[in-house]
Amino acid sequence: MTGVATALLAEDEPVLAQTLKAELARAWPELQVVAVVGDGEEAVRQALERQPALCFLDIRMPGLDGFGVAQALAEEWPDEATFPLLVFVTAFDQYAVQAFEHHAVDYLLKPVEPRRLELCVARLQRELQRRRAAPPADALGLAVEQLRALLARGVARPGGTGAAADAGATEPLAVIPAAVGDTVHMVPVDDVVYFEAADKYVRVVTATREYLVRTSLRELLPQLDARQFWQVHRGTVVQARGIAAAHRLDTGKIVLSLRGRSERLAVSRLYAHLFKGM
Amino acid sequence: MSLTITRSARPLAPAASTAAAAAHHAQFHTLRALALRGACWAVADAVLAVLLVVVRGDTFRHSIAYSESIGLSCWLLVDGGHIALTRLLARVRGIEIGDEPLLPWLDRGWMGWGWMLLALAIGCPLGYLIGARLGDLFIGAPAPMLSDVRGKDAAMSAAITVTMALVGVYFFYSRVRLAALRIEAEAARRIAAENELRLLQAQLEPHMLFNTLANLRALITLDPPQAQRMLDRLIAFLRATLGASRATTHTLAAEFNRIEDYLALMAVRMGARLSSVVELPAALADFVVPSLLLQPLVENAIRHGLEPKVGGGRIEVRARRAADRVLLEVSDTGVGLSPAATRRDAGIGVRLVRERLAVLYGGDATLTLEPAATGEDGTIARIDVPSAPPPAFARAAPEPA
Repeated sequence: MTGVATALLAEDEPVLAQTLKAELARAWPELQVVAVVGDGEEAVRQALERQPALCFLDIRMPGLDGFGVAQALAEEWPDEATFPLLVFVTAFDQYAVQAFEHHAVDYLLKPVEPRRLELCVARLQRELQRRRAAPPADALGLAVEQLRALLARGVARPGGTGAAADAGATEPLAVIPAAVGDTVHMVPVDDVVYFEAADKYVRVVTATREYLVRTSLRELLPQLDARQFWQVHRGTVVQARGIAAAHRLDTGKIVLSLRGRSERLAVSRLYAHLFKGM
Repeated sequence: MSLTITRSARPLAPAASTAAAAAHHAQFHTLRALALRGACWAVADAVLAVLLVVVRGDTFRHSIAYSESIGLSCWLLVDGGHIALTRLLARVRGIEIGDEPLLPWLDRGWMGWGWMLLALAIGCPLGYLIGARLGDLFIGAPAPMLSDVRGKDAAMSAAITVTMALVGVYFFYSRVRLAALRIEAEAARRIAAENELRLLQAQLEPHMLFNTLANLRALITLDPPQAQRMLDRLIAFLRATLGASRATTHTLAAEFNRIEDYLALMAVRMGARLSSVVELPAALADFVVPSLLLQPLVENAIRHGLEPKVGGGRIEVRARRAADRVLLEVSDTGVGLSPAATRRDAGIGVRLVRERLAVLYGGDATLTLEPAATGEDGTIARIDVPSAPPPAFARAAPEPA
């Protein structure tokens, strides 16, 4: 496969996906598009399976948005493979665009102008050539750094439920109403050891028991006090006080042991820097 | 061409009335305002003095001394008493001056006529006595005995003092009230303009617009006839959106046509992920509704219900009559209302629809959001309006053929 650049396109609007593919074919005839997908989860699956050199990610996509895809890839990408170059594509996300200017290989605004696309292609080709000449010691580490910066800038993430997006900043949650059968338990947020994403639900785990609430971690996260609750993985948010210790395994991975719970939580690459020791 | 309803936009937002209240307070209670009122009094007293010279043949020196000293001490007692009492009352009742109107006027520095009359009843006689004594001192007359405060002269002076005090108080009261009304009217206008803008922004969401344009740009090469049809839909949608304001109305037929335009644009964008049913009974075609009332609900159903759902889904827009009500429903099979969406404030679209309903139907119309019936995902938004529209709606222009 060396020599031939491969790409994955993630775009939920069929006409736009088709056009991006056609225009890429014109601007970069040698590029081999290995997958065109219409939602974020499929993008993660296909990218991990086919390991393309480039990913064009639409930001607003059903399932998982473009940032979510980037984050999932950074967390799950195998150590030995070269992390793909990411290009974000967006119709109108002005804040995101500002962030990309500093932290992504490139970004494209829809409708994509041919001349702009050519510039992007030239940039990607240069970058790929550099990689071939001297394989970067740590492409993944670099990508993780970039993504971390992107996430830290609090890029306004589109989509999700509108109410959540519109309501803006609110007071941190104090209790979480969790339905169990006919009863709604009011779980004090302070009692929660960690939250874990589980499909359409979030597992709310306290020292003594756990509840399922019907919301997404992404919606819940802005309602938590960021100093009290730390995200340690795409799907895990843990109360800082509930962490007993962070252990580095032989594989280099970090896991957390908890106060009052026997299970261990994995820390992803993106959040490993939280546990460097003071 | 639609009928414009002339009706003020909506009740004042708290922030605006607080600002207005603070402005009154500033107007009535600052030292500068107090000095200004004092100067007005001094001028009025001088005029009175001249009148007394002319009418009663008093000496000017005598007249000016008593007029000014009695007038100014009455004014100082009444006005100062008013301000002191207002602040005292506000403190006792725990109201911050310039805060939300809990008691009429108190928060704006006006304590009400009852207390004002009390201030007058105490301030005038006291002011008269003190002023008369000051006048005596000024003239160099010997201090009169209290019993010497006397007869016809005294009664007339007292009457003049009270009348002037009443006229003066009423004059300043009116000025404050006028200023208050003006500030409130301005605030209402500004809020109406802001709402208009918010409505436009909510309807002309840039993400939707640029994605539609991106699709159009692609279709021009891929499928020119479809590009043309899509452009026609976009033109109709833009014309309606830019033409509609909070106060215009049109028929349900026109409303449903605009929804079909929007859904046609979305159908190109979402492809097989979107299916839609739009049903308007012929009997309701001429029913008059506020322009693009349903638009934010349709947009919500797509943007927050169907777009985030991997498999997409179906949206249904229907109208029906039930007894003396008309129900307009937008239902979708999307991801459903999240607990967060119901727990927190509604989104801007829902808020705008509710505000418009409140203004145009005066409380006789509702918007409810609920999860789709059978344990499935999805949301139903239902607007319930009276089948006899408000009189202001009577003539809506028919949809051009």
